[in-house]
Formats: sequence, C-alpha cells, structure tokens
Amino acid sequence: MIHFVLLISRQGKVRLTKWYSPYSQKERSKVIRELSGIVLNRGPKLCNFVEWRGHRVVYRRYAGLYFCMCIDEADNELEVLDIIHHFVEILDRYFGSVCELDLIFNFHKAYYILDEVLIAGEFQESSKRTIIRLLSTHDSMVEMAKEEATSIGNMIAQVTK
Amino acid sequence: MDSLFQRSLDDIIKGLRHQQAGESAFVSKVLEEVRREIKSTDSHTKSTALQKLTYLHSICFVDMSWAAFHAIECISYPNFTHKKVGYLAISQSFQESTPVILLISNQLRKDLKSNVEVEVSLALECLSRIGNLDLCRDLTPEVFTLMASSRIPVRKKAIGVVLRLFGKYPDAVRVCFKRLVESLESSDSPPIVSAVIGVFCELASKDPKAYLPLAPEFYKILVDSRNNWVLIKVLKIFTKLAPLEPRLAKKIVEPICELMSKTGAKSLMFECIRTILTSLAEHESAVKLAAGRINELLIDEDPNLRYLGLHALAIVAPKHIWAVLENKEFVIKSLSDPDPNIKLESLRLVMEMVSESNVVEICRVLVNYATKSEPEFCNVILGSILSTCSNNVYEIIVDFDWYVSLLGEMSRIQHCQKGEEIENQLIDIGMRVQDVRPELVRVGRDLLMDPALLGNPFLHRILSAAAWLCGEYVEFIRNPVELMESLLQPRTSLLPPSVRAVYLESAFKALVFCLHSYLKSATSSDHSALGLSDPGVSSQSYDEFSGAHGENGEASGTTLIQENHITPDSVLHLLNLIDMAVGPLSGSYDVEIQERARNILGFTELIKPVLSDSLHPQDERHKQQVEASKMVRLLHDTFSDELGPVSMSAQGRVPVPDGLVLHENLADLEAVCGSSLPASSATISFEGSHNVEGATSIFISDQKEESEPSSESTSLLAEHRKRHGLYYLPSEKNTEHHEANNDYPPANELKSGVTVSNDAQDLAKLAEQSFLPKRKSKQVKARPVVVKLDEGDVLPISSKIPQAKDDSLSEAVRDVLLGNEADADTLTQKAAADSVIRKKGKEKLNAKEQEDDLDHMDSQSGTVQNPVKERSKRSSRKQNADEGDHGGDKGKQKRRHRHGKHRTREGVQNPPANVISQTPVPDLLL
Repeated sequence: MIHFVLLISRQGKVRLTKWYSPYSQKERSKVIRELSGIVLNRGPKLCNFVEWRGHRVVYRRYAGLYFCMCIDEADNELEVLDIIHHFVEILDRYFGSVCELDLIFNFHKAYYILDEVLIAGEFQESSKRTIIRLLSTHDSMVEMAKEEATSIGNMIAQVTK
Repeated sequence: MDSLFQRSLDDIIKGLRHQQAGESAFVSKVLEEVRREIKSTDSHTKSTALQKLTYLHSICFVDMSWAAFHAIECISYPNFTHKKVGYLAISQSFQESTPVILLISNQLRKDLKSNVEVEVSLALECLSRIGNLDLCRDLTPEVFTLMASSRIPVRKKAIGVVLRLFGKYPDAVRVCFKRLVESLESSDSPPIVSAVIGVFCELASKDPKAYLPLAPEFYKILVDSRNNWVLIKVLKIFTKLAPLEPRLAKKIVEPICELMSKTGAKSLMFECIRTILTSLAEHESAVKLAAGRINELLIDEDPNLRYLGLHALAIVAPKHIWAVLENKEFVIKSLSDPDPNIKLESLRLVMEMVSESNVVEICRVLVNYATKSEPEFCNVILGSILSTCSNNVYEIIVDFDWYVSLLGEMSRIQHCQKGEEIENQLIDIGMRVQDVRPELVRVGRDLLMDPALLGNPFLHRILSAAAWLCGEYVEFIRNPVELMESLLQPRTSLLPPSVRAVYLESAFKALVFCLHSYLKSATSSDHSALGLSDPGVSSQSYDEFSGAHGENGEASGTTLIQENHITPDSVLHLLNLIDMAVGPLSGSYDVEIQERARNILGFTELIKPVLSDSLHPQDERHKQQVEASKMVRLLHDTFSDELGPVSMSAQGRVPVPDGLVLHENLADLEAVCGSSLPASSATISFEGSHNVEGATSIFISDQKEESEPSSESTSLLAEHRKRHGLYYLPSEKNTEHHEANNDYPPANELKSGVTVSNDAQDLAKLAEQSFLPKRKSKQVKARPVVVKLDEGDVLPISSKIPQAKDDSLSEAVRDVLLGNEADADTLTQKAAADSVIRKKGKEKLNAKEQEDDLDHMDSQSGTVQNPVKERSKRSSRKQNADEGDHGGDKGKQKRRHRHGKHRTREGVQNPPANVISQTPVPDLLL
C-alpha cells in the first residue's frame, strides 16, 4: 500500500501531503525533511527509487515539482510511477496544463483529485474520464452551494436571524 | 458582518508568497486571526477560517489539533462547500487519538446514508483515513450497505474502506467478507474488481493462508483480466499463495509465463518476473524465461529498469546463482554506476556471487574499489566484505593468512569506520583458528608499530584487538622488545582508557615472555658454557618449569628462534622502559589503567633486584636466577593458558557440584576469604587481571569457573547469563573461588600441546556439545581448523518464527470462508468450499459443474497440459454454462441469488443497531 504522498518543490517547499499510515505531526515533519534531503539531491539521470527506512520511496519530477510516494518493499515500483503519472495527467487535464501555481492556489482541489485516485492507500480509479466527471460534479455542487449562500434571500435570512 | 473583512485563503497564500523574510511572523498573525474567526457563529466565516488553518497545517505544519471540534462543526453544515472544508480538515489533521473523534460518528453515518453521491464519497474517504475501532464498529453496517450500492464510484470507495474496517475492527469480516468475495465476480465493472483485488492483495500480504480458498477466483481473474492494474495485484496475491500450495504453483506458472512474454507494460512484466523468482523458483523453465527478461531490463537505457533488473537478480540469487553469474560483467560494471542505489544493489549481488574459489579475487577488487570511492560507500563495501566473509563462522575462507592480512589492509583504508567489526573478527579468528596466529600477530604488530594510526579514533578498536592478540600470542613475535616499545610508545596517550588498559596488559604479557625466554636462554647457555659446573640446579630446575607449562611444542619451538633477541642489555632496557612509560600511569585517574600499571610496576619491583643480580656474573647467580625463574614461571603459566571461543549456552551445561549452596546467606564468606586470600594471593592475583583483560574480548574462557550454579535461583542466573553473556564481566570473585572449584575443569580451556581437534573432542564430552573441527580435503592448501561451536556461536536471539499476526482478522476470515470447518489444507477442500461460496445453488447441474471443476483442477495439477487443451476445456465449460443459462435453470438460480442478496441488505438495514451480533454469516455463505 502507499503510506504517504508528498509533493515537494525544487526549493524544498511542501505543496501537498497525504498520509495513509499513521504518522504523528512530529514524524511527518521529520519524514519530509529527511526525504526532501534525499530526493532533491539526486541527479537527473538516476533511477526514481530510493530505499528508505525499510520502505521504498518512488519519486518523479515534473517541472519544478517532485511527486513522491512511499510504498512497501514488495510493491511494484513501476506501477507506482504509473500512478504518479496518472495523477499528474488528471491534474493536467483538470487545470488545463497544470503548473505549480495551480496547486498552490487550489490546494484543496489537489486533495480532492488525489482522493479520487487513491483511497486508503490503494489505487482506486484508472479511468481519467471518470475522475474528471466526478470532479466536475463536485465543482458544480460547490458552485450551487455558493450561489445559494450568496443569494439575496439567504443574506436576508442571515441578517434577520 | 465579519465575513466581509475576513481574509480569504487566496489572500493568505498570496501574502505568504510575498513574505521574503519573517514568514513565521506572518503565519502567527494569520493564526491569531483564525483563532478569532473560527469561533464565529457564521458558517461561512468559520469554514474559511478552518480552510486557512488547514492550509497552514499542511504547508507550514502548524498545529491544528485545537480546532478539531470546529472541524466537526463544519461537516455538520448543510452547505456542501463548508462540509467539504470540514472533511478535508479532518482527514488531514485527525489522529486516532484525537479526543473528539467519536463525536463524528453520527455525522458520518448521516452522510454515508446521504442521497448525494459526493457527500457519501467524502464520508467514505474520511472514514478510510481516520477510522478507529469505535468508528469502524459503529459504521460497519453502513459501509456494508454501500458495498452493494448501484453507484459504481460509491461502491468502489466502500470496498476500499473495507480494508480499514478489517484492520481496525476484525469482526467486520463476518459482516462484509461475503460481499467482498462476491464483488470479485463483478467482471462487468473493472473499477470494482480493481478495488477488491487491491483489498485482497493487502489482506493476503499479512496472512496469505486464510485466502487460499479463494484461489480459483483469483485464477480466473489472472486468466481473464486485461487490466494491468488488476493483473499486477493478482500476481502479488499469487506470490503469497503459491508457496503454500505446490499444486497452485503448477497451475499458475503457465499463464504467468504467457503474460510475461506477451505484455508490453514493463510494470506488469516486472511483476511477472518477481512472482516467478519469488514463488515459482522451482520451475526451472519459467525461471529461465524470467532470466531472459531480466537481461532485457539490464541493458535498458532507463536506470529504473536497470535497477529493477539488478533487484530481480538479487531475488533469484539464493536459489539460482547461475542467473547472476550470467550477468557477472554487468554487475561488476554497475559498481561504478553514478546512481548510488544501483551501486548498492550490484554490491549485494557481487557478495552473493562470492564463493570459496573466488573470494580472494573478489575481495581484492572490492577493497581496491573501496579505497577509491567516497567514504560512505567505502564503508558499505567494507561492511559487506566483513559480513560475507565471516558468515557462518568464516565458511568461505580457506586461506586465513590472506584474510587476516586483508583485515589489516582494510584497517588502513582512510575512511574505514568498521573498527568494531574488524576488532571482533580479529579476536574471534585468533581464538578459533590456531594456525593463523603467527600471521595475526604479524598483522597486529604492523598496526601497533605505526604511530600515525594512533591518531585515528576509528582505528582504536582495531588497535585494541591487535594489542590483545600480540599479548596473548606473544610467542609468535619475532622481536618482543620492539613490540614492548610500540605498546608503550608516547602516542598511546591518544588512546581511550579502555584500549590503553589492553595495551598495558599486553605489555605485561610481553614482558613476562621476554624475561621467561631470557632466563631460559641464560640457563641453557650456562648449561653449555659451564659445562658440568652445576647442571643439577639450573637446568634441571628450569626443565621442570618448562615441563610444567608446556608440552606446547610449537611455542617453545618459536622461542628458540627468538632467544637471540633477549640479551641482558635488552632486559635492562625493558625494565627501564617500563619504569619510564608505565610509572606515571600508576597515578592515572582511570582505575583500569591504574590497576594494571601497578601490577606491572609491582612485578618489576619484585623481579628487579633478583634479576639485576643475575645480570652480573656472580657466584650465587644461579640461586638468584632460580628465584627469578620461579616468579616468571608463575606468571608465564598464568598467561599461557589458551583462550577459546565459548558457547553462549555453555554455562547452563556445567554440572552442579554437590554441596554448593549458593542461594543461602553468604555470611561466612568472609571467613573463607580471610583464610584463602593471604595464602593464595601471590599466585592468583594476576589471574584476576588476566580475566579483566579477557573481558575486552568477546569470549572469556574463565567465565565458566566463576560460579557453579546449584539450584533454581542460580539456574535463573545462568539463564540470564546465557542470554546476555556478552554483558557479563567475569567477576574478580573468581580468584576466591578458584581453589574450591579446581575439581571442575573449565568448560573450554584449550590445553596446549594437544591438537585442537582432540581437545575439541574432550571438550565435547565435557560440555555435552561438539566442536566441529572443519576440514576441507579438496583444497590445494588445507583449510586450517576452525574451532566451531555447534550452537551458541551466535547469541541466542529470541527468534520466534513469525506467526500469523493479527490472528483475530485471519481467524475471522477463516471462519467466514470455511464456516468453522477445518483449515483449507488441500486444494480439493478449498475448491469445494469455494465453489460452494461461489454458486450457493443446490441444483444438480451445479453440483455436476462443481465436480467438473474439481476434475479440472486435479488434472491440471497432475500433469502439465498443453495450453490448447486447457483452453478448449475451458471454453467447453463456458458453453456448458451458457447452455445452462439458456435452459433457464441457471437463470433462475441467478435470480434467486440476487434476491438473496437483496434480502441480506434489508436485513441489515432494518435493525442496524445489532447487526453485528445478529448476522449469521456462515449460514448465508454456505
């Protein structure tokens, strides 16, 4: 299973963290410090796997962003690389040629997208189209909720409450 | 309206990006705002504040546990945006121990039952992240319901959550397992199958045996599925299952090979390779195929594939070393790959290839390579050489002289940090392999002589070993005076006290040895020079001495060679040297050093007047000499007892002497000591120090002597000692008990003059264990005897065979699968149980098919069929099924089946409170 997902920028800034195994807050920041030290310092033409504390970290760099996933020894590294790529493709399709800024300003959306790709540390959906469709329902629901909240009637109700 | 003036998330992000310095000041300001805003009653203000906090939490690791309750408030809002924010905050920040976590249960249940698909998804995702025992128990019925949902995404997520449920609340198996198994069959919707297989893959990795009955289902997926994600997971499951059931292995080997050669996806291909190498290694032809595929990986441009290729070789190495040897050149070449991971992997492989015949060559290459590589990798290389060579009591080493000099060479490598390991091995070899001692001493001497090495703290442990060896086997030293000089050189002040203490002790031994040989040569030269003058006194007396301590022919042989070095001048020189170098140490703050220094000084004080007289030609010199000889002889005897390796469990086997009562009050100990001490102090006090010195080595032969266990309490002690033998210091009490215990020979004291193997036999009888003197006759150069203990060479680690953990989970699974019947030991049973699960029908047709199924399985396992035949058989089966469908019989069954499912769901929905206790799963299943 996937223990956690990290997105780290080339400057070492954390862009997204998702933990599927229990890690305390202290452990989390320690893990990130350790791993960004390892991953960011690896040259461009090296393999994408790092052995780390009995686990394996699979990472891949897209532009200035490193996508890292930590897996068990027995898991398939190439499959995880595919998962990372799958995730990036969905991000790309959703944001329209995604860049780091998209993830910075829409950090919550990045989480929802990830939640559609993985659940409980397991890969769940291989169809990009399905995920995009789910995401758009998601968005339309958000829009509806927003509209409702900002409608005049609602405002009046709030004020007169 | 405070929401008007509230900063939005975007504001925060922008603000954070524009902070050059003082980011933390900005963050703490925002936090202050958030703390205020989050208390607002306005839902929008609250959720925005929570969102900002979540952002800061995930990016800047700000603590947000204090806001847990606010997050729960947010998910209870009807507005979807707010709910979403709340769920994100919860799944990011909640831990199992979060105190308010139970408050969430009701809201989760509500959302799980919601009609809005997205809300259900949110709740499921949240449960999969934070579910603890209570939550999982409370929400199992809801998840169970959702597992049959008509909405595919929801169903898929519910299946994913099951993993968490099972992990936290094993009883959920009794509720959900059946439905999980059914989902395996839903070949119409690939996402579901993918999710279920993912769950089973994870479950099977923990306890594969419980899932053996499902093998036919998995097999079907393996053969039918075209989805690589699913296939990879199925292969993983089979990797776990195949070793448990050889017939299963036979059955799957063919489809996997086919898959491996057909697929274009590297990930799937690699998984096939790994499955074959891990679990189907007995199938020679499959391994050959896989090896061919590995070769492809190795020559690929992509470093990932090269790395995995090496990794695969590492898996296959223990069983099929030929696959590695085929790629030997590539492996060696990879040692200099720019990628440290590839380097490490290839190093492991190189070590796998090491055998008796090539160990010299490979180690030579590696040590050369280590000197050239960066410190970290250098030490990795050295570490793996050390561990490989010492594996199973130096099994692969034939030429110990070579190995010992290699150890010496390794110590001198600039970055070497393996001091401790080298120290242990040097001493270990010294004790185990008698023949190599001269070389050991030579290597040790070289290390000791070099003053430059004393400045390197990593070498201190090695120097300690070298000093000990040179002291213990001083008879092999060509020039003991030189040794003394290097042991007492001024730069030894750089050593840590513990090592310095070893140096001193070794110097002591060397001194005794020098004097001994001097006196011996003096008497013999007297003998020859004076002719008949007084043969009776001197030579006879000395013969006695040498007779007393040694039939050790070898030792005295070497001594003869060295005689010439010891002249009266050099003895004087030595004594002066000791005065000069050791004198100041008698005031050392370290007790070990101080005590040993005083021992030496005391001895020289004692011996000096006698000896200095004897150094001048006088008439009564013989008399004096005899006196000196006596003293020296005593000490020499003390030191000439050989130390050998001791089984860690030897202590327990020492017979309990009659009449020894240890657990009673030791009040009269004083009386015993009082009488025994003065009498024996002169003789024994040195033995005590001998022991202390021995403590720096790993094995202490005298350990045996010190306490003879008598009854329960002492056997407890013995047990403890057995476990933690390493940490015991031989106590000084030894000296007191020594006389009393003389009847009990120490379990492992090698007597000089007897060959090790003979001695070992004696010891075997003595301690009811056998040393195995190992001799390989094939070798050109005979391998020296390596003293080897049958057991107890390694510390008895409490290594329990890894039992199936989380028993509750696997038990539950087994119960559900087999309805409390016996284990699924045989495939037949399993298949039967399984087809029952699968079909549940009582129609005759079904029964027939069941038999068919079994036949099929058996014939499969019996002989390797050709694929055509198999396929035709399968298709005929399919036809059968189709016919059945048309015939209506099967259709009816199907309908009934669906009906049954429906009923189950209703049953759960109606009384949700007591589902768990109520659901009689085995009945439903079987």
